Amino acid sequence: MTAVADEVRIDVPVSGTPKRGVLTRAVSRLGNGVVQVVLALVAVFWLVPVFGLLIASLRDESANTASGWWTVFTRPAELTLENYADLVANQAVWQSFLNTFYIAVPATVLVVVMASLASYALAWIEFPGRETLTVVVVGLLVMPIQVALIPVAKLFGALGLFGTITGVVLFHVAFGLPFAIFLLRNFFTGIPRDLIEAARMDGATEWVIFKRVILPVAKPAIASLTIFQFLWVWNDLLVALVFADQDSAPITVALRAQLRQFGTNIDMLSTGAFLSMIVPLGVFLVFQKYFVQGVLAGSTK
Amino acid sequence: MRLRPSVDAAPGRSPRQAIPFLLPALVVLAALVLYPLVFSLIRSFFDASGEKFVGLGNYVETFTDPRTLIAFRNNVIWVVVAPAAVTGIGLILAVLTERIRWATAFRLVLFMPMAISLFASGIIFRLVYEEAPNQGVVNAALVGVHDIFSPASQYPGARPRDGYAATEAGFTAIRPSRAGDTITVPLIGHPPQDVPPQALPASPPTAGAGELRGVLWLDVSIGGRAGAVDPTERGLPGVAVEAVRDGKVVARTTTGDDGRFTFPDLGAGDVTVRLPPENFALPFRGLTWLGPSFITPVIISSWIWIMTGFAITFIAAGLSAIPRDALEAARVDGATEWQVFKRVTVPLLSPVLLVVFVTLVINVLKIFELVFVIAPGSVQSEANVLALQMWQVSFGTGGDQGAGSALAVILFLLVAPAMLFNIRRFRRERS
Repeated sequence: MTAVADEVRIDVPVSGTPKRGVLTRAVSRLGNGVVQVVLALVAVFWLVPVFGLLIASLRDESANTASGWWTVFTRPAELTLENYADLVANQAVWQSFLNTFYIAVPATVLVVVMASLASYALAWIEFPGRETLTVVVVGLLVMPIQVALIPVAKLFGALGLFGTITGVVLFHVAFGLPFAIFLLRNFFTGIPRDLIEAARMDGATEWVIFKRVILPVAKPAIASLTIFQFLWVWNDLLVALVFADQDSAPITVALRAQLRQFGTNIDMLSTGAFLSMIVPLGVFLVFQKYFVQGVLAGSTK
Repeated sequence: MRLRPSVDAAPGRSPRQAIPFLLPALVVLAALVLYPLVFSLIRSFFDASGEKFVGLGNYVETFTDPRTLIAFRNNVIWVVVAPAAVTGIGLILAVLTERIRWATAFRLVLFMPMAISLFASGIIFRLVYEEAPNQGVVNAALVGVHDIFSPASQYPGARPRDGYAATEAGFTAIRPSRAGDTITVPLIGHPPQDVPPQALPASPPTAGAGELRGVLWLDVSIGGRAGAVDPTERGLPGVAVEAVRDGKVVARTTTGDDGRFTFPDLGAGDVTVRLPPENFALPFRGLTWLGPSFITPVIISSWIWIMTGFAITFIAAGLSAIPRDALEAARVDGATEWQVFKRVTVPLLSPVLLVVFVTLVINVLKIFELVFVIAPGSVQSEANVLALQMWQVSFGTGGDQGAGSALAVILFLLVAPAMLFNIRRFRRERS
């Protein structure tokens, strides 16, 4: 597992392909046609559920109770932005949408900063126990958050952090750090030794090397980490379910209360779910390369 | 996929300089990950109040509690079915995408579910599997296919007002009839607005020699006389009517637009008039996907939808690292594509497949949100998994943090092999 898996595919030109008969070629072309069709169907299969949610979010309550979203093809006039207007006007939901930002942004920034610092020490400063510490970090990669829910809830209760955005952020930082350190350390160790040696010869302090040499080179890895961590926190339900209260709840927790009457709440739930998806989908489409790399590197999380 | 070569720090640097770099991360990790791990372990030996030491009591309770046992069973189903399915599907699709030009677009589409929350994915699939065929697309498709092969009945739920007994074979007349009789069959339980447009006003038939005649109509009791043909009432066309003698159907006919039907050649002797059940069968409404019998497979299917893109992308990265020469050499030797796949591609990919598989197993053990969102409250106990049970016991209805801690420790022990797997792989890649 490389920290930053290169997505670049190198197609090696193949020499010496045996000459194939007309029949073989026809079969292979036909086979390719079948592959195209099958994969196209698979792709449609993957898109339909999301498309259904989108359409459901664009139809009002009575339309959703009366007929399925697919009837929109015969009745496109039913489409409306009303649900979104209602949801944004709903103070609690809108607040939870903002809370999601208030949680995800600091949790991402803190993880990136702390992990960069720690990774630099693990990669380039020799100290006793460095090996052990690195192995501990690798071990923590798959730690289930369940082991920390009860103790941290108690701890936050004692510190007055329970039910606050700060508490939710801190928990996310703690469980984001192992992967973040793992990813950045792997990248940092790959930076050419000469760069660091030269700076040390010039008498640069560790801080200056970190800031002037490492960080500029590590931008792609930091970008991957930032996007991965941001989406990870944005998409969380469990942590916030335990540590947030009504005023600090992110959108996933706020919407969960509506799940009880799913059939009659489709308009609101689909709209809320789609609202919560807009940010991740946008980030994904714009930064997909970095996100994919982050996920691949963090495969063990 | 290897780690970059390890490096040693320049000699002569003081270890103390590492402290400010490490401190923030170490403090957070120690306070919120390591200390809690130890705390949970200790806490799991105490009762709900946290004051009384109960030894392994919480663990014994956990392994005897029927709810937790269901959660265990489901986790086993998940681990056995889901990661293998996703790895297999991912492998096949990754190999197939090598043969199309739009591979990047394809992977983008399949990877997209990874970007959205499990909560949103849960809502997506709750909608997909919603039972009402006018809301859930799966049941809508099922009903559509079903109705092609066995069309829906014309008058679902309708029944004769009186004089007929409901049997397996349909509504059977209580009194026998014979040729020359006329009979009236008043039908109720069908909305007047759903009567077919070609229906004509009903009128009682006149008796005909050697023929059994009758009329079957929608008997509207409001504004009409019950059991009698009123001028405004219409016949029901297309209803199958059978004449039965000695348990055997001797004649069969269908009502006309005015609801009339005639059995011309019944011969002598009594017959019983019967209305077969297919006239009135209730429509097929699809399956109860979100009910207790299908809930776990349904949730697994949504997880497959989420994780397949990950498997494809990971395996595709591994595929691109396979030397083309190996594949070509096999092809030159006359191997078919299937043989190349089985004998060359899969063995060369096996380390990557193992990593994907282990990753998916870890993911499956921690599954929480999907079950939480997709399973309706009433079947949540049937779909239960350990991570959800841990939350329920500690923070939901349970409120027992001793038992909750025991579940957390069990969960930790279950992922511990994966932890060792990672550490060993990490060490090996470094050396």
